[in-house]
Amino acid sequence: MAKEIIKRTKLEIAKSPEGIEGPGFFATKLEDVVGLARKNSLWPLPFATSCCGIEFMATMASHYDLGRFGSERLSFSPRQADMLMVMGTIAKKMGPTLRQVYEQMAEPRWVLSVGACASTGGIFDTYSVLQGIDKIIPVDVYVPGCPPRPEQILEGVLKIQEMAQNESFRRRESEEYKKMLNSYGME
Amino acid sequence: MSKKETTYSVNQEVIEEKEYSTLNLGPTHPATHGIFQNVLKMDGEIIHDAVPTIGYIHRAFEKLAERRPYAQITPITDRLNYCSSPINNMGWYMTVEKLLKAEIPKRAQYHRVIIMELSRIADHIICNSVIGVDTGAMTGFLYIFQWREKIYEIFEEICGARLTTNIGRIGGFDKEWSKKAWDLIDTFLKEYPKGLTEFSNLLERNKIFMDRTVNCGPISAERALAYSFVGPNLRAAGVDYDVRVMNPYSSYEDFTFTVPVGTQGDTYDRFMVRQHEMWQSLSIIEQAIKKMPAGAMHADLPDFFLPPKEQVYNNMEALIYHFKIVMGETDIPKGEVYHCVEGGNGELGFYLISDGGRTPFRLHFRRPCFIYYQAYPEMIKGIMLSDAILTMSSMNVIAGELDA
Amino acid sequence: MTMELLEIVNNKLKEHFAGDIESAEQLYDYPVFTVNKDKVHDILKFLKEDEELNFHFLTDLCGMQTADEKQLGVIYHLHNMPKNYRIRLKTFFDINKPEVATATDLWPAANWMERETYDFFGVKFKGHPNLKRILNVDEMDIFPLRKEYPLEDQGRTDKNDSMFGR
Repeated sequence: MAKEIIKRTKLEIAKSPEGIEGPGFFATKLEDVVGLARKNSLWPLPFATSCCGIEFMATMASHYDLGRFGSERLSFSPRQADMLMVMGTIAKKMGPTLRQVYEQMAEPRWVLSVGACASTGGIFDTYSVLQGIDKIIPVDVYVPGCPPRPEQILEGVLKIQEMAQNESFRRRESEEYKKMLNSYGME
Repeated sequence: MSKKETTYSVNQEVIEEKEYSTLNLGPTHPATHGIFQNVLKMDGEIIHDAVPTIGYIHRAFEKLAERRPYAQITPITDRLNYCSSPINNMGWYMTVEKLLKAEIPKRAQYHRVIIMELSRIADHIICNSVIGVDTGAMTGFLYIFQWREKIYEIFEEICGARLTTNIGRIGGFDKEWSKKAWDLIDTFLKEYPKGLTEFSNLLERNKIFMDRTVNCGPISAERALAYSFVGPNLRAAGVDYDVRVMNPYSSYEDFTFTVPVGTQGDTYDRFMVRQHEMWQSLSIIEQAIKKMPAGAMHADLPDFFLPPKEQVYNNMEALIYHFKIVMGETDIPKGEVYHCVEGGNGELGFYLISDGGRTPFRLHFRRPCFIYYQAYPEMIKGIMLSDAILTMSSMNVIAGELDA
Repeated sequence: MTMELLEIVNNKLKEHFAGDIESAEQLYDYPVFTVNKDKVHDILKFLKEDEELNFHFLTDLCGMQTADEKQLGVIYHLHNMPKNYRIRLKTFFDINKPEVATATDLWPAANWMERETYDFFGVKFKGHPNLKRILNVDEMDIFPLRKEYPLEDQGRTDKNDSMFGR
């Protein structure tokens, strides 16, 4: 499947944060630099349970490549992951496991709920399915679809990147955040 | 956690103590490709015993089906073996058509065969590339997944969806396929053999792959039949049981194809059976295109098949039928029927009991994964952990089909 | 071919289990036999071990509840691959005393299928090595597929039951 090699001569460099530039130095806010670093190296934890997991495999494969956004290394260990991607139906039997995985993740952490089943229970309005993972863990971005197209999953990841870039250092220690975690029963 | 066992031998004074450790191959594990748990009792690296727990994605399909009219059950069948959803859809349609005693025109049946074989190729691509990933060969996965995108494009052109397709109707297809769909299928048939050959050259006679997979998790034909194995897993053990040959449905008797059979029932045999089945599926699709008869695309079932829009706007009966079908107020005759199709994993059966109402009285899915996964503890006794992971991925256990 | 199969199996069963075969009919393409629940294990053993019938493969085992909601039933689908014989066996019993003999000694495949039937309907299989719930959570105390229990989780607050025929 050899294709002709395309040489790009006009390189596009990523936008640098606002700051004061001079000969040999660049002064900017630490938050902006850290935000830029975090945004482009989010390591996802793919919590793939059902059909949305297969669309995630298609997103990770070469056609839709999630790796070009910085999420090349999937981490299956919660301690080393930044972003928890919950893809697929979460049954009530699975709820405690999901909660345990979320609690093991270190701050800062983001949660992406992929698919209708993870967001609200989807088409399975039954006795055994948890009607949305936001009943047990706080969620940052919801991606609807059954299953969502890989482009939609990528848009969800881009929105999390936006949140990671603009997050202030104090957010995770603030009263509001702690109150939100307490409402889920977590410290 | 360890448990000490003391064994005394009769004539010696040496006391042997064996410590077993418990390892939880938990519901979320990167290598299990699906959520099911195994609590393993291990002696070092060798597995002594395993206790599986499933049900982590139980979505109550059978109870949900009792609430939904017949045409609305198709999206549920999609999510059984979601790697090859069109086969599940077609199986459901054929079950209902058996209950209605409907005759489906040959042209629609040949189209169904093309769709089912394409989705069989898609399912086997996932299973085989994932076996490669579990042995460490990530390259095969990346290259062959491109072809799955091509199959998705074909499904998208015909029905609009990539993965959970809900393709076709009870009674056939709603309209002729577009020219673009046929062009995509022709391109696929021309180009896929190159991709599959590339993948085969990577793994099939690769010494490292063969060392890892030969004699890994074998099962004999007698034990496989006792555990009600079906599909590629049973054919790898040596029994040539294929529903398409034994109880042909949807005109499969018009096509010539061979059923690949293995000898030992180990991981390598399961891998090779699926590889050969992909080649056979390509041949069936070519035969179907060549021998395609003319005719209607759907059966004459006004009660279950949406009438064409021109008639709906002009004709009173067509309007009434359209309304009744969309609202799910059609009456199905009373009766009970069992129909099975050859899914990606084997005999997928639908046992339907209808009491004449708008929803089924009882619908039971005979799910092959659920039944043959019981043999897993027996298959991994005495082998090492990494081989157990390979055995599990070669059995192609799909969580949606396991739990329903 | 299948009408003959109905007669072959029916005659053989009548020879050995005359009073226990409650009905034998041909439904669509399957011969269906309804048998007495106390003799189910013996009949299955006979069907499996007889040389001519040789139903060595258990295709499916599932449960059901009858329309009057007073009885539960277990349905077996059997298959003889060399001769391509397929039959269905049904047995019914009272819902307040749902006990039937297990088939795990004949086919190990029946193990999880009987656990699933127990989980959904509450049918107790005598002699089963490990009769626990398999798909639902272990703490559940109802048998959800019985008609008296609703499909939806009644404790959920975000969905409006007055819509869409729930």
